Amino acid sequence: MNLFSSLFSPFRARGGVHPDGRKDLSVEPPIRALPMPERLFVPLQQHVGAPARLSVVVGDRVLKGQLIGASGGNISAPVHAPSSGRVAAIGDFPSPHPSGLPTATITVEPDGDERWIEPDVPDDPFSLSPEEIATRVGAAGIVGLGGATFPSAVKLNLSRKSGISTLIINGGECEPYLTCDDRLMRERAAGIVEGIRLIAYAAGAAEMLVGIEDNKPEAIAAMRQAAAGTGVQIRVVPAMYPMGWDKQMIQVLTGKEVPAEGRSAEIGVLVHNVATAWAVREAIRFGRPLVSRVVTVSGAAVVAPGNLEVPIGALAYDLIKASGGLASDPRRIVLGGPMMGTQLPHLNVPMVKGASGLLALTGKEIGLPSPAPCIRCSSCVRACPVGLLPLEMAAHIRAADLSAAVGLGLKDCIGCGSCSYVCPAHIPLVHFFNYAKGELASLDKAKLRQEATKKLADTRNERMQRIVLEREEAARQRAAKKAAAAKEKELA
Amino acid sequence: MFIAIFSLTLLGGSLGLFLGYAARRLKVEGNPLVEEIQAILPGSQCGQCGFPGCAGAAQALAAGEAPVTLCPPGGREVVALLAAKLGVEVNLSEVKDAVPQIAEVQEELCIGCTKCYKACPTDAIMGAAKQIHAVFREACTACGKCVDVCPTEATRLIPVPVTLQSWSWSKPILERAAA
Repeated sequence: MNLFSSLFSPFRARGGVHPDGRKDLSVEPPIRALPMPERLFVPLQQHVGAPARLSVVVGDRVLKGQLIGASGGNISAPVHAPSSGRVAAIGDFPSPHPSGLPTATITVEPDGDERWIEPDVPDDPFSLSPEEIATRVGAAGIVGLGGATFPSAVKLNLSRKSGISTLIINGGECEPYLTCDDRLMRERAAGIVEGIRLIAYAAGAAEMLVGIEDNKPEAIAAMRQAAAGTGVQIRVVPAMYPMGWDKQMIQVLTGKEVPAEGRSAEIGVLVHNVATAWAVREAIRFGRPLVSRVVTVSGAAVVAPGNLEVPIGALAYDLIKASGGLASDPRRIVLGGPMMGTQLPHLNVPMVKGASGLLALTGKEIGLPSPAPCIRCSSCVRACPVGLLPLEMAAHIRAADLSAAVGLGLKDCIGCGSCSYVCPAHIPLVHFFNYAKGELASLDKAKLRQEATKKLADTRNERMQRIVLEREEAARQRAAKKAAAAKEKELA
Repeated sequence: MFIAIFSLTLLGGSLGLFLGYAARRLKVEGNPLVEEIQAILPGSQCGQCGFPGCAGAAQALAAGEAPVTLCPPGGREVVALLAAKLGVEVNLSEVKDAVPQIAEVQEELCIGCTKCYKACPTDAIMGAAKQIHAVFREACTACGKCVDVCPTEATRLIPVPVTLQSWSWSKPILERAAA
């Protein structure tokens, strides 16, 4: 089946690697709810764009799903209380980021009642206008749950305006270890299908495709059953990393390639994750904002790996504790998948909307070989799903020649890590690219700053000159007045 | 042989005359290089290079009277750009890449004398008489003028604090694999 479909599929994916899935660790147990932790730490910035604006004060009582941080701009998302209780603190708290730097966070102390806000929902969600659905999705704080965390309402509105034809729901889940989307599709297929139809309606898409990798037969069967007669088509795609990259998924399902530095809307396609579809359905059908998500807890250092329904703001520590604790000291804690996830400095960081997995990996699982010189075998070139030359780019970056790396397409690199994965010399290629991207961003910032400084200095000089002129003018007038007064005296 | 000598002399002579005429006729007024160099410099007129503002420094650079490493607030970036513009070889590793800095007013020492905000070339300090002054981080270029004029040593330069927005990955260090 696998070989057959990949040989005769009309469209083939470029590049890619086949890492060991290790999904069997966590795929069997059904999704469990995480016992409500004593405290929830909700960061104001959990999405791409402007951070949310605080709308509560310390001591406020909040209901589950109540707005605690309002959307902070055109590209932003609100945050809601993940449980009913009291706002215990507002301040800096470590963020789930490799640096572990603090970020503005609201601490909620749950009271254990789990009282929801009064929902405002219509009997038939399809009686709402597409604009209204997009507005409600935005108000529910829904962002891309596949990990990109781009505000979903912005995508819906953009797609409707640019006129898309196809909605692709990404059930690829190509990262090793992660099984949250798989479990979600197995257990909540009907809800996901309804969410897909709502998204398609709001975005004005006629065609609805769901791409699922062929290593998830149970999910495929469940989704097929739920989708029967709804117009939602389930498509099986070969298991390969990075199949879950939206542009790869588009190419495999439609045969169209998204242009470099372009958006999928340009070729009439909108891509959303299956978990996002579920969240949209919860928001539109039940009026429940995004306050929890399914997180895979896995890795050889975890006693009982599985999938947990986690309130936003629960600490990584709470998740590990609910999974039976740690069997051994992990060498690395990762938020997300092992290929593109972020390394966490410690377990004292909250789960955010984009957290798909929490992995506690042993030294045996990660392997820490030391890098050797490049032998120019070009394995990385074959693995790159974008069609770049990782070895050349890394060599230029190493020699501090960033513009040459940009010329080779550094800005198109998606940081998937396929090149680092296959490199026989264990060169940290993707680390070079992430470093170079950060460096380029700070150079751009410095340039903008320099322009702004020049403007400031110019306005100041202008003002100073004006002040001098005004003083001279005033002095002249005073002298003239004095002279006139003296003349008058003389005459008198 | 005489024909060859004659024709080449004639050719050289006439071309020389033409070039001499063109050089006079198409002469560019002023030095455009000065303006280009000025565009590279930070433009905050801080005077740390010893020249009266960035325009003076640009003229000295164009005339070859000043080293490309003269601008402390510009850092390594400006040195590299200047070296490329002027065609000068420079060893960047010897240029001390100053950690980006920013001015800070220590509130417990500030007496509200207003000297620093009058000295600031980019209006980055806000304050009024007998009020504690504050620094706009976005506008400060760390030129240090406020530090020089402060009578109570309340202003100082500190490294720019790292935030989630400004954090980025460090350059990977490749160790030589053991032979």
